[in-house]
Amino acid sequence: MAEPLLVIEGLIKRFGGLVATDNLSLDVLPGEVHAIIGPNGAGKTTLIAQLSGELKSDAGRVLFDGQDITDLPAHALSMIGLARSFQVTSIFRDFTALDNVALAVQAHAGSSFRFWSAARKDRVLRDPAREALARVGLGARADVIAGDLSHGEQRQLEIAMAIATGPRMLLLDEPMAGMGGEESARMVDILREFKGSHTILLIEHDMDAVFALADRISVLVYGRCIATGKPDEIRANEEVRQAYLGEEEAVHA
Amino acid sequence: MRSLNPRVVVILAALLLLALVPPVMGALNQPFYLELFARVMVFAIAALSLDLILGYGGMVSFGHAAYLGIGGYAVAILSHYDIGNGFLHFGVAIVASAAVAFVIGAISLRTSGVYFIMITLAFCQMLYFLGISIEEFGGDDGINTSRSDFGSLLDLGDATTLYYFIFAFLAGFLYFLHRLVNSRFGMVIRGINSNERRMKALGFATFRYKLLAFVIAGVLCGVAGALLANLTQFVTPTIMRWERSGEILVMVLMGGMGSLFGPVLGAAVFLLLEEYLAALTEHWMVIFGPFLVILVLFARRGIYGLIPERSGRNG
Amino acid sequence: MDSLLLLEQTLNGLQFGVFLFLISAGLTLVFGIMNMVNLAHGSLYMIGAYFAAAISQWTGSFILAILLTIPASMLVGVVLEIVALRTLYDRDHLAQVLATFGLILFFNEVVRMIWGPGGQFLSPPDYLAGHVEIIPGAPYPAFRLAIIAAGLIVAILLYVLITRTRIGMLIRAGASNRPMAGALGVNIKLLYTLVFGLGSVLAGFAGLMAGPVLSVEPGMGEPMLILAFVVIVIGGIGSVRGAFVASIMVGIVNTLGRTMIPYLLGSIISTEAAQTAGPAIASMLIYVLMAAVLFFRPQGLFPARTG
Repeated sequence: MAEPLLVIEGLIKRFGGLVATDNLSLDVLPGEVHAIIGPNGAGKTTLIAQLSGELKSDAGRVLFDGQDITDLPAHALSMIGLARSFQVTSIFRDFTALDNVALAVQAHAGSSFRFWSAARKDRVLRDPAREALARVGLGARADVIAGDLSHGEQRQLEIAMAIATGPRMLLLDEPMAGMGGEESARMVDILREFKGSHTILLIEHDMDAVFALADRISVLVYGRCIATGKPDEIRANEEVRQAYLGEEEAVHA
Repeated sequence: MRSLNPRVVVILAALLLLALVPPVMGALNQPFYLELFARVMVFAIAALSLDLILGYGGMVSFGHAAYLGIGGYAVAILSHYDIGNGFLHFGVAIVASAAVAFVIGAISLRTSGVYFIMITLAFCQMLYFLGISIEEFGGDDGINTSRSDFGSLLDLGDATTLYYFIFAFLAGFLYFLHRLVNSRFGMVIRGINSNERRMKALGFATFRYKLLAFVIAGVLCGVAGALLANLTQFVTPTIMRWERSGEILVMVLMGGMGSLFGPVLGAAVFLLLEEYLAALTEHWMVIFGPFLVILVLFARRGIYGLIPERSGRNG
Repeated sequence: MDSLLLLEQTLNGLQFGVFLFLISAGLTLVFGIMNMVNLAHGSLYMIGAYFAAAISQWTGSFILAILLTIPASMLVGVVLEIVALRTLYDRDHLAQVLATFGLILFFNEVVRMIWGPGGQFLSPPDYLAGHVEIIPGAPYPAFRLAIIAAGLIVAILLYVLITRTRIGMLIRAGASNRPMAGALGVNIKLLYTLVFGLGSVLAGFAGLMAGPVLSVEPGMGEPMLILAFVVIVIGGIGSVRGAFVASIMVGIVNTLGRTMIPYLLGSIISTEAAQTAGPAIASMLIYVLMAAVLFFRPQGLFPARTG
């Protein structure tokens, strides 16, 4: 078995008396889609914040390709190849979709201390940006102002911005958030395109999407990982069913 | 043939009008207006520099007038010690503004929102107090200064030469900032203004970009200060009071922030209105004050925003 | 250093701190609860001073001046809030700063129009015009002592109001978490007007007390306003307790600094240089203090905000 790309060891985060992340350990293998599921309040949002440099952990370690990244700030994480998308859409609303993705490209395409040449005419930025937009199916919407895109399209833009940074691993925070059935199916197709070429840690509520995409699933309950395994194993796991899937299956039926 | 953007037409027309002021005023024998428009241009540069960090960067600095003082005092202090070389004057103005902006920015940019506003205001006041305390350079009364000497290249003693000297800086800075806000650096600043959290997640160490923008703005305003000193031949600490910073903010907002040329219009309207109203009544502030309030409440995009654009996209 | 001089300066610092507290208490509440930057607060202080001066000159009675200025300040404040400031609550800080900046210009000019650009006189009442010997051999102006006493009484009254009454509870809730307070059914509009009125009274009262000590002139509000903002930033926005602690701190540091620093400097460098550099450093001291607080504790010493 290959060396895991991301290793989380004994991660802890407390908010006063509440332990949001409770000695959490899990790993992500290179090239896999590893989904994290769990009921509301399980600590998924806290975990993402800890992994993406927005929240300082109280204890534990996070290793990325052997390197300790536990306390690195958000921009440093992006530079070493860990890209994230946001659960609540976080884009540049006044810029076009293409501008949005071009900024993502620019962050990793050499120096931004250039003061004269027009960035919008820089093909080093625009070409990869167009490509990323095309990969998520927004090719035709490149020149639309991001704030004018539909919700689903904005979620697609989120993904495009994440992959445009040329990451080694994607941290996707509920990419399906707020999407209806058809849009979700489309997003699953988009994400399936990245399977294999990108390592993905996927936080999601949408069970159809999770079972369609994940190579392995970890279940988070009260800040701890209670089970990790292949989708079928998880589906069959009694503890998991009780804690989580039982309710979800009823909703989806 | 490309259809002309109405806004570009306005800008070119305005610049043309400004360029024609000396011959016209010379013919009409109205030297007063020559100086008035020169003042307008100096403050247009100051407002322009503020727009970079305010309109494009979202940094509400209430201490920008400090750099007018730094630039002015660079000229005045060197003159005081009988150093008249123009290159030294402007060189020191630039370096001093950059250094001060760097220090102020490095501290202030650790805060945001109203704290940022207050701390920039505080630093401005600090410099004002420093100015009035130093008797050697005139203290409260201010200090006279001779003009910058550029030898045989330029005679800034000639009103028309000085006018075009200032005009050259205005036009040059306008063009420079136009390129800057559309460059990679400009995109980063605008991105930070739009969504700083996202910028960090993309991999930008946002602090250093904000600081550099802050320094650039300070330097440009410092140059304006040096130009002002040449124009009025007098520098006083009151140019660094927070009320002056407020006035520059008003000019930017009035003209339309985030547009570069808007602040130029704003400076012109502000100063010309001031002249006009002051001629009408001694108590013109009674009109101007409420006018300002109404302007803020209702004219969100300023005067420049009233001019139609050709297409939907803003450049 | 002469210990009597030190004592006198400390008391002066305390008195100045009391002024600052009266002004910044209202400011911090308005800022903390309505999230509004009101630069015109200094104008309310100025208007209080002018009212008091006018009434005192007209009737010769300081007491009457107090009795009439307080409701007058509240009235001006409430009218200002309803007419001009309500629309600013939803706007961003830049808009608030600029609009209230316009109000400053307006008020300064109105005052200039009515009373002229020179200063007005507001004499303290005869029974407070003399000196009191706080310790034998150390006379101190009675009026300044009265200011300190008045300020401390107001501080105690405010404390009781905020911590022991229902209105005070609503104010604290609003300062702590405004949307939540609104969601809980508090009549926000009324609360806002009330808070603003309270702040105006405090500012007007400060102006009234300042009249005999400082000069009553156009633009007198702005220097105090800046310091008040420094105070509330140091103290923590929305916290009256923070405003109190910070005001005393700032008042004492400012006053003692002005006296002591040139003196201390004079022992290290030449007296001439100290004369120049001393006042400069002293006036910058407050801002250095604020910058330091912001650097280490960005929310101030006693932050009230949780929401």
